[in-house]
Amino acid sequence: MSRRRHSDESDAGSQPHKRRRTSEPIEIEDRLESLICRVGEKSTSSLESNLEGLAGVLEADLPNYKNKILRILCAVARLLPEKLPVYTTLVGLLNARNYNFGGEFVEAMIRQLKETLKSNLYSEAVYLVRFLSDLVNCHVIAAPSMVAMFENFVSVTQEEDIPQVRSDWYVYAVLSSLPWVGKELYEKKDVEMDRLLNQIEGYLKRRQKTHVPMLQVWTAEKPHPQEEYLDCLWAQVQKLKKDRWQERHILRPYIAFDSVLCEALQHNLPPFTPPAHSDDAVYPMPHVVFRMFDYTDAPEGPVMPGSHSVERFVIEENLHCIIKSHWRERKTCAAQLLSYPGKNKIPLNYHIVEVIFGELFQLPGPPHIDVMYTALLIELCKLQPGSLPQVLAQATEMMYMRLDTMNTTCVDRLINWFSHHLSNFQFRWSWDDWADCLTQDIEKPKPKFVKEVLEKCMRLSYHQRIVDIVPPSFSALIPANPVCSYKYGEEADSSLPGFAMTTIVGNAIKNRASNEEILIVLKDVPNPNQDDDDDEGDGFNPLKIEVFLQTLLHLAAKSSSHSFSALAKFHEVLKTLTDSDEGKLHILRVLYDFWRNHPQMISVLVDKLIRTQIVDCAAVANWIFSPEMAHDFTRFYVWEILHSTIRKMNKHVQKIQKELDEAKVKLEKQQNKKQPDSGDEEDMEKNSEDEEGQLEEQIERLQEKVESAQSEQKNLFLVIFQRFIMLLTEHLVRCETSGVDINTTWYKNCIERLQQIFLMHHVIIQQYMGTLENLLFTAELDHHILTVYQQFCALQL
Amino acid sequence: MSMKLNSLFSDSYVDISQYRDQHFKGNRYEQEKLLKQSCTLYVGNLSFYTTEEQVHELFSKSGDVKRIIIGLDKVKKTACGFCFVEYYTRADAEHALRFVNGTRLDDRIIRTDWDAGFKEGRQFGRGKSGGQVRDEYRQDYDPARGGYGKLVQKP
Repeated sequence: MSRRRHSDESDAGSQPHKRRRTSEPIEIEDRLESLICRVGEKSTSSLESNLEGLAGVLEADLPNYKNKILRILCAVARLLPEKLPVYTTLVGLLNARNYNFGGEFVEAMIRQLKETLKSNLYSEAVYLVRFLSDLVNCHVIAAPSMVAMFENFVSVTQEEDIPQVRSDWYVYAVLSSLPWVGKELYEKKDVEMDRLLNQIEGYLKRRQKTHVPMLQVWTAEKPHPQEEYLDCLWAQVQKLKKDRWQERHILRPYIAFDSVLCEALQHNLPPFTPPAHSDDAVYPMPHVVFRMFDYTDAPEGPVMPGSHSVERFVIEENLHCIIKSHWRERKTCAAQLLSYPGKNKIPLNYHIVEVIFGELFQLPGPPHIDVMYTALLIELCKLQPGSLPQVLAQATEMMYMRLDTMNTTCVDRLINWFSHHLSNFQFRWSWDDWADCLTQDIEKPKPKFVKEVLEKCMRLSYHQRIVDIVPPSFSALIPANPVCSYKYGEEADSSLPGFAMTTIVGNAIKNRASNEEILIVLKDVPNPNQDDDDDEGDGFNPLKIEVFLQTLLHLAAKSSSHSFSALAKFHEVLKTLTDSDEGKLHILRVLYDFWRNHPQMISVLVDKLIRTQIVDCAAVANWIFSPEMAHDFTRFYVWEILHSTIRKMNKHVQKIQKELDEAKVKLEKQQNKKQPDSGDEEDMEKNSEDEEGQLEEQIERLQEKVESAQSEQKNLFLVIFQRFIMLLTEHLVRCETSGVDINTTWYKNCIERLQQIFLMHHVIIQQYMGTLENLLFTAELDHHILTVYQQFCALQL
Repeated sequence: MSMKLNSLFSDSYVDISQYRDQHFKGNRYEQEKLLKQSCTLYVGNLSFYTTEEQVHELFSKSGDVKRIIIGLDKVKKTACGFCFVEYYTRADAEHALRFVNGTRLDDRIIRTDWDAGFKEGRQFGRGKSGGQVRDEYRQDYDPARGGYGKLVQKP
């Protein structure tokens, strides 16, 4: 069965001699892995005695299992950074008992470091560097050689023509290790370290920070500045240095073993040259440090370390690492977070909530899928029902108060999180506390937020539920009852053009007419666009679309499945009616008209229309930016539709690209198969030639398909950006000529939606930078708009 | 280099469960094979009143939903408290197992599990009275699932 369901290994190191000598080697290897992985977890014995015991076991196993032990230890260094000092201590003890092993481990670590850098695994590489630096504290690595490695890292800042994110990483790797090893390095090599820090300071002063505003969750500096991550870390290191490197938060098990460890011989790190920059290197993007709490927020109990204290950095790092390790299992993740060592000295719940929201709101995107954070917070509330929900409520209240300056993308995520969270707690909330939003213009951030939250809550429940959960004073913010709006219903004006036809079409559909029959019936619908009578009835006829689609949607309005069946059944009719760009636009208009009170239905039907190729992605983009949709332009559902559309386009390109790549691989295999062989050479050759020919043909076709898809993708982005530019320029010019401040609510929303396009699809957009710059984001553009583009470019400089 | 540390990073929420469909046409091995490549989830403990749209809203949080099939009472042809959710990719279905399974929809804790794949006929309850088997025998009163269990209801 699955080895994941671990057996009852509850004696990690406490009974080292109870080994079954008749066990299979593979069982012993598994046991070694389990022992090593679980040391440091809750145990009846002390950590020190467990480490001592485990070191004994491993030392005894070295003759037979050295390589396995090396690999396990390298893996925990890379994958369990939250337990770093536990493992560095273990390595220290092993090195004290077996000098050669210590040397081999260091070599293996260096090899692993090189590999992670080559594979673009930069966060893991940071953990490795930190591990190596903590090994200095365990007397495994000599301090001067560590300083030398750091010097090599910092010299990357002198390289020319490299992306800034490259030198950023090397500086980060050095700075982020200093909380662990700063004291020791300064004690041994203070002159060199001072020089190092000066170099870093110089670099930090001259590096570009154009990207920062695009990554900030709040635009306001108060109450907590959203600092660029390197700036924050630098301030923290400076403060640590001022405190003479006294750091009291990190658990340091090696201190208890000092008498043993200081007898050990140390190793020198081999000189380490950072691998040269290559074009396929993908360095981590810069980020902004998310802060929402400070020492004034936790009412009683331990005080929250200050924003520039190194403790704050270490706590946040460790909490991020725990989430990274355990995000797939929310109960384990919650338990691990809540059992953070040293939790009694810090307001742990506040740190946890801050770190979780920091990840959820991270720009461009959270490290993990959004819904994970909702599920994790629910588990945390279950485990700490007396305290965590209050912190969460406090956090929500704070975020509500600061909505005015919150980035629109982050507000989207807040809306999704809050509504989903409430749906797990019977929608209980003190809405009256937010009564201040009722006196504001409904487009302002606070009432808008409440309105969107209630809409999302309704989607997870039903209309009456929402009416019941909010006070009557909130009625203006309650979403519309999600019923359809049939234009040709019983109360409709029978003189509407096409009214009579709707009955005929309706009956035809109910009598299971075929697509052909429907099209024949529709021939009788006059075309309001054409006055001449050479009309064959095949051109764009908005009334035909209206009559047919309204009737069809009305008959299928019972559920989305019914609507999907209807669209599938009459696919041919719809394709015929929407053969032109105008047709595609009109079908979207009719759909919107019919379901305008039910945005979710619009969303799923637009998705279906794209997937069945009745409309294309560009049509959806044009529809969203059309004047008819202007009144809904700031509504959340509209942007969900647009981003979903872009994602479908991207996935489509990826899919064909994958097919092309697979065909190419197949061809290569086929070509390599051509070996001179005995037997029916001629026949075999002919067969393989045929196959090759077919594959080559297929590859050519796929190549064309990929090019065509990419062209469509590029066009989609061009349309979207073009429309944004037009809208924004209009607004800016209008404001300028009438002397009005450009910073209206609408403008903030619009410009941040433009930013959002860049942020949410940055990987794809980066491919088309050249075209974008030449065609759209030229120097003639208003600088307000151009700035967004420049900030985006700065993300990977 | 890439040691995975199996004993540590378990992903148990996405493992296949012990449940096997007794009506499955094929042997155990075949069923397990399908379960291990499936993109379809069975969702249980729904309220009879939960709509397809609500299911869609919740399950879309873990990825794009391909289709939803609401489970029906075989006799009444009304919703009887379960459904199937099919995703375009297995990865999205896995996210649902990790983050939606065991949370609430319509105030009820819902349960999700791998399904071998929808086939016509599987949308109907298999209980004698037409609903799900569990509603035949349960003793409690559940207003969202037709009140008392069928056995209790019968005189």
